[in-house]
Amino acid sequence: MDLEAILGTALRSAVGPQAAVYALLAIGLNVHYGYTGLLNFGQVGFMLVGAYGLGISVATWGLSLWAGIVVGLIAGVLLALLLGAPTLRLRADYFAITTIAVAEVLRLVFRSSPATPITGGPFGLQSIANEFYALNPLTRGIRLGPFTYSVNVSWSLIVTWALVLLATILVTLLVRSPWGRVLRSIREDEDAARALGKNVFSYKMQSLVLGGVLGSVGGIMFAIAGSTVNADAFRPQITFFAYAILILGGAATRIGPIVGAIIFWFLFSGVQGLVRDAQGADLLPGVLSGANAVGASALILMGTALVLLVVFRPQGIFGDLRELKLDA
Amino acid sequence: MSARARASALSVTFLVGLLLALAAPAFAETAAPVLLAQEDDADADEDADADADAAEGEAAADPSVLFGTFRNADGPVEGVQLSIADSSGQAVGEATSGPNGQWEFEVPEPGDYAVTVEALPEGVELRDPEASTVEVTVGEGRRAVPIPLGEGAAVSGKVALFFQQILSGIRFGLIIAMTAVGLSLIFGTTGLINFAHGEIVIIGAVATWFANAAGLHLVFAAVLGVIAAALSGGILDRGVFRPLTRRGVGLFQLLVVTIGLSLVMRFIILIVFGGRAQPYSQYAVQQRISLGPFQTTPRDLVVIAIATVVLIAVATAIQRSRFGKAMRAVADNRDLAESSGIDVERVVSVVWIAGGALAGLGGILYATLFRVTYDFGFQPMLLLMFAGIILGGLGTAYGAMVGSLVVGLVTELSVVYFPNELKTAWALGVLVIVLLVRPQGLLGRRERIG
Repeated sequence: MDLEAILGTALRSAVGPQAAVYALLAIGLNVHYGYTGLLNFGQVGFMLVGAYGLGISVATWGLSLWAGIVVGLIAGVLLALLLGAPTLRLRADYFAITTIAVAEVLRLVFRSSPATPITGGPFGLQSIANEFYALNPLTRGIRLGPFTYSVNVSWSLIVTWALVLLATILVTLLVRSPWGRVLRSIREDEDAARALGKNVFSYKMQSLVLGGVLGSVGGIMFAIAGSTVNADAFRPQITFFAYAILILGGAATRIGPIVGAIIFWFLFSGVQGLVRDAQGADLLPGVLSGANAVGASALILMGTALVLLVVFRPQGIFGDLRELKLDA
Repeated sequence: MSARARASALSVTFLVGLLLALAAPAFAETAAPVLLAQEDDADADEDADADADAAEGEAAADPSVLFGTFRNADGPVEGVQLSIADSSGQAVGEATSGPNGQWEFEVPEPGDYAVTVEALPEGVELRDPEASTVEVTVGEGRRAVPIPLGEGAAVSGKVALFFQQILSGIRFGLIIAMTAVGLSLIFGTTGLINFAHGEIVIIGAVATWFANAAGLHLVFAAVLGVIAAALSGGILDRGVFRPLTRRGVGLFQLLVVTIGLSLVMRFIILIVFGGRAQPYSQYAVQQRISLGPFQTTPRDLVVIAIATVVLIAVATAIQRSRFGKAMRAVADNRDLAESSGIDVERVVSVVWIAGGALAGLGGILYATLFRVTYDFGFQPMLLLMFAGIILGGLGTAYGAMVGSLVVGLVTELSVVYFPNELKTAWALGVLVIVLLVRPQGLLGRRERIG
């Protein structure tokens, strides 16, 4: 057991581009769940359309990176409108079911073989971020303590965390505004907001679009970080990870999603490293020795953490319990 | 007779009926060999692979090998010629099946490959002539490539296929209905949408598989599987949701709890059961029989019969028994039911247990037709259950049945005109349309749901 190496890997992914992508997803989810009380279980769908918007524009249509990013963002807006129109007038549970279903259907459609000419089907699309890396002004990778990121990873890391910061500032300003107070009043008591003459449906839709577009930004940066898109990366678990991150850090807080993402990725890759090393050292019982056990045990831990957090500390690390008297 | 005795008599009758139905004579295995009626769910293996990917870079450095076996009704098929291409379409090599029908090919590195059937011996056909290319992802080690041969030509032409799919649709719809009734009733009595319901379905199928693999005949293994699923429903109620509700945990939070539980359950099952698709040792392979325009197997007919009998029994119990009345009363208005002396918690318990048993049985029937995997509970089962119960009217039992049947038919009939991979997508398309046009569902009452 090489604890130092495990710790190093865990730290590395805690500040890596992937953690930043999840922070973006969680910030979007914070707008939905934390501030508006929308139970969006399909955040990964927004991530998917953002990533594929960029990927298809660049790899299939041969457009530039910038055009691809715009297409990805527009795709996020469109998905929010399509999802919201039939469901936002209905009770919260209908919305939850529809979002989870639509996100999974998007994955199935994008990975299907009839879609292969456009989406690359099960093989996905490659080399979609060359232009992004051509813009890289860095000459060598960032060194953080014992570990170094490659030049390209450093570049996507800096840009993604910068976007996280921007998104946090944007959301903070917006929820402090009168607009944000209406959102919170909808979360607390939808009927009261309606009685005061607010168009609840419209506000919910705006919130869905804003959070969804932030999710799409996450998807775009995810696609750029790997320079590929593949539908199987967009599994429903990702939404639940984003929930775990949000609830861990504290819903309806400014820095909750960021801190949550860092802690989540530290634990997630730390646990995987521990299990893998323990397997190598024959420390585990037979059932945990399979190749599946590494990923699965981390997922089990995250599921357990999500349950325990929601039950015993729904406000997370930074949250305020008074902010979160959500109830359907 | 006291209410308690009546309820237990009811559940005993239910279980005995189940046993009898399962042991129905038509289920007797046909001796005639091999026509591969086992339907390959192409997704199953890929999903397991992708989840294993989450743990990057396993240590083993085995060479990557694609392999498979060609068989048809006459035994192994020699001389099937294949070509293998990588993900960019570049040919990497060829393979030919040997005297025992087996072939294998070592690919240069892990990755995505397409295996294409180039030539078949005289008199041999692919089961699905359009599926001559199979795309696979291979990691390090061996990866089976299923390419079924058989009398695919038996179903030719859109009309014949249409009839065929009607039967498949009814079969699939009934299975979804069995699993969805519990989900809908749990919602009706507690207001909770149980995202872990798909995992109860899997527990039924997987527990049955273990009992079956230990040598128990499928019929008896299935009884154990149903009991395991019923128990897990009961444990979720008594161990998780009842205490949490007493603590005053809100419904929003409970929804997130069910999501977390579904992750935990699914990946514990992955560790215990493994990522591979496994068939039961009985009824996996049967000879087709013709019934007018329908081609079917005795197994399919028995599945349809069991599902129909069970659903009618459930409907009768809900409609006629005292307990069913209490259940409807709780679903209708919990507070009113409680104040008129109904033991609401006990009703909820029974709904969880019976719903779990039904879900488990549905999972077993599904796995008998297809195969057992650790993850069919979410996609397609849970998604189609959602489509079914919303289509029929959230919270009603009959709505769940009718809606699921429609969903099953839509799913299977879409295959006549559209690609197989997208069949789940059509069912969910129906869901969105229903929400737009008639959000209370086909049988739901007009009430304020917004």
